[in-house]
Amino acid sequence: MNRREFLHASVALPWLRIPAVPLAGLGGVGVAIAAAPPADRYRMLLVLVELKGGNDGLNTLVPFADPAYYALRPTIAVARDDVVQLSEHAGLHPSLASLAPLWQEGRLAVLQGVGYPEPNLSHFRSIEIWDTASRSEEYLQDGWLTRAFKGAPVPRTFASDGVVVGTNDLGPLAGGDTRALAIADTGQFLRRARLAQPAAAAGNRALAHILKVEADIVQAAAHLDAKVALATEFPRNGFGNAVKTAARIIANPWGVAVVRLTLSGFDTHANQPPTHARLLAELADGLTALRAALVELGKWNDTLVLTYAEFGRRPKENRNSGTDHGTANVQFALGGRVTGGLYGAPPDLARLSADGNPAHALDFRAVYATVLERWWGIDSYDALGGRFAPVPYLTAG
Amino acid sequence: MRTRLFAALAWLVAAACAHAGPAPMGPDDARHLLARTGFGPTDAEVRRYAALTREQAVAELLQGTRTDAITPAPGWALDVGPLRAPRGESATVAERRAFQQQNIRQGLELRTWWVHEMLVTTSPLTERMTLFWHNHFVSSQQKVRFARLMYAQNVTLRAHALGNFAVLLRAASKEPAMLVYLDVAQSRRGQPNENFAREVMELFTLGEGHYTEQDVKEAARAFTGWSLDRETGRYLFRPGLHDYGTKTVLGRSGRLDGDAVLDAILAQPRVAEFVTAKLWREFVSADPDRAEAKRIAHVFRVRDYDIRAALRELLLCDAFWAAGNRGTLVKSPVEVVVGTLRQLELAPPPSVAFAVASAGMGQNLFSPPNVKGWPGGEAWINSNTLLARKQFLDRVARSDDAAPDAMSELRASPEALAQDAAADSAAAPARVAQSAAAPAGAADEDRARARRFAQRVDAGMRNLGFDAAQWVARQPGATPSAKMRAAQSLLLPLPPVTALPPAADADAAAFVRAALLDPAYQLK
Repeated sequence: MNRREFLHASVALPWLRIPAVPLAGLGGVGVAIAAAPPADRYRMLLVLVELKGGNDGLNTLVPFADPAYYALRPTIAVARDDVVQLSEHAGLHPSLASLAPLWQEGRLAVLQGVGYPEPNLSHFRSIEIWDTASRSEEYLQDGWLTRAFKGAPVPRTFASDGVVVGTNDLGPLAGGDTRALAIADTGQFLRRARLAQPAAAAGNRALAHILKVEADIVQAAAHLDAKVALATEFPRNGFGNAVKTAARIIANPWGVAVVRLTLSGFDTHANQPPTHARLLAELADGLTALRAALVELGKWNDTLVLTYAEFGRRPKENRNSGTDHGTANVQFALGGRVTGGLYGAPPDLARLSADGNPAHALDFRAVYATVLERWWGIDSYDALGGRFAPVPYLTAG
Repeated sequence: MRTRLFAALAWLVAAACAHAGPAPMGPDDARHLLARTGFGPTDAEVRRYAALTREQAVAELLQGTRTDAITPAPGWALDVGPLRAPRGESATVAERRAFQQQNIRQGLELRTWWVHEMLVTTSPLTERMTLFWHNHFVSSQQKVRFARLMYAQNVTLRAHALGNFAVLLRAASKEPAMLVYLDVAQSRRGQPNENFAREVMELFTLGEGHYTEQDVKEAARAFTGWSLDRETGRYLFRPGLHDYGTKTVLGRSGRLDGDAVLDAILAQPRVAEFVTAKLWREFVSADPDRAEAKRIAHVFRVRDYDIRAALRELLLCDAFWAAGNRGTLVKSPVEVVVGTLRQLELAPPPSVAFAVASAGMGQNLFSPPNVKGWPGGEAWINSNTLLARKQFLDRVARSDDAAPDAMSELRASPEALAQDAAADSAAAPARVAQSAAAPAGAADEDRARARRFAQRVDAGMRNLGFDAAQWVARQPGATPSAKMRAAQSLLLPLPPVTALPPAADADAAAFVRAALLDPAYQLK
């Protein structure tokens, strides 16, 4: 498959507000994707979904054929009969059932055993490692996407380089000159954005930072449209609202390279099953709605959705029917150009570390390398601080 | 009373110095000093200090600071009975929920109480330093849960805010909130928890690279036995849990206990350097001058960790007054909220609205995002938080307007505010309302509670009634345009980025609003 095959009727979709003046280096919507000059790489959108608190990978992708799993989790294991079976060994938590059609289409990749050497079990530090793509003992300031954008800038004509929805923490977009916006709700953002004004003045470092943020707001506000009408119905919960906001941002015809969503509450130390079931259902329903919106916008084939979390959870359940901080974890990748299937290797429950956690099978930076190398065609060495062989979860473009 | 007494004193001092010594510092310096050490000074405050020399002003600022709050604490904060939380299998859903709701309610009262204290205190530096230590000896209600323990910690931080750092370190370390937050209360012989042992060195005293992993391990053993008496809510040493073996921490060996480890830490010259650098970033500039900071750290150390001595040196060093360092620090959300209300001479009754506003800008008091606290500086400003600041300022500037739906912007739920670590989540919908464990009808209750909460927030902002014309009229100056120029230099530490409406023909309301919305207003 190549990019050309995905060219479809995205020209002049009625709900897209096509800019009156074609943008330099951007072309009209749906035009010239196949040529894909470097400036055009960010037509390919990345949507990151952070599962904050540390999602329990073992109950997300259940190794139902492994007796060790049931031995370690006498009260919180997902019964074999309940899983959405993906292979002879693994199945999804029943709350993720709405993702089954994606799996059957071959557009859902499940990355198993993702982690990094010398895992850190602090929420704060481990998400910092993920966001900055650092080594475990290395402290970096800038997010991995900020470093990538330094080498391969997002066109200035884009509404913004990246948008984080629903949180203030810019995560992988932090630092540098990245134009990253934090938006909770497009309507609220646009109403408030009237209070921002562009200014050419220079000043001290703090003032320069404020002026930059202000300019980013003004630029994005000029390009976003709160009244985008989408036929897609979004779940009526916090994550559903965030997905809706994301879809409205993605609908802007000027472009945005990255959108990051957050679903919080995965730190399930106690009474995990009902909480986890609810969170996974919210996730699956939200992702399903996101896919529907992307199809409606003609962007499904140009979007890669990737979930991540700071860590997985400990295989052995604790005394409160919950789980403590763990290591290797499961990630989902979905999109019109994803090659579905299982990647990596499930955690080896027979060989746990002294603190009871499994070793990782895939380095998270290899997952990022796929994004940079295969999705955007950027050399990933500088952004990732080393050479990581991309995981082949994307169809070659 | 105090004001008059002070004015008389200032006159005496000024008279005595009339023929010799340095000149009075004038309004610009006074404004800078007060903005950096308090909350948005009023013209009256600036004028009082303007008559003093820098030395006199710093001396006046540092003496007679309060060590307790003026505002009476919420009744429950002084409870001394047992700490009861529903635990284990036997606790019912209703019990858990009732406990959770109590923590949320008390947490909101606690935030309201502190913000109000900051609004009315006669000792703004005390509150600024209490806030500084809150962001240094961090704990969060999200983990500690009992608001009463958060209150007790706040009282301790205030009592020692300008006292002695060694005493403060020892007191803060044994605060029940700290024992819970950094897991010392869970630590025992044979199974030491390293959380506090690591953070006390990394974040409270030495900084990374000035201790070893082995120091952390051995210190963790020394802190075992430090515990919380759940019957009283106070610190308790439990000999049965303490590791009486020999340890070596920072080169000191013996049967060390927790106090001995703190002594070993305090003996390190690095402590004074570490704390001085943090105070420098709080009060002087983002980048400490190494030589000057070292000199001040030396003073701090030989003065046995007298916090006032360190502050005096910092506030009198050249860098503090340097033109190039003025208007270079970003105000924290609390400074924006409290500073604006004080500077505009609004004296609102206690309201949760102001804590909500601060949380919306990224600083939810009593809930720092993690043990490192709020990173501060430029990190305060992103698109979301900058717009939240402007939204608040716009609302204050227009508070004579009806603007009925303006406050629907500040839609926080009490749960989100009280429970979530980051103010991030203040805008997110209540998680509790969606909890699968909630009994039937709970969602309706939660919605009703959220609605009442929103109304309270709304009312708190609507009652401000700022009258720009009267406020400008109170500023010094012979003509209206002179008064507006005075207002501008009171509000902004730098020239406005965007030209304000010409003072000659602008109406006062538009002029003040433009000044508040100017990017320079975010700086101090």
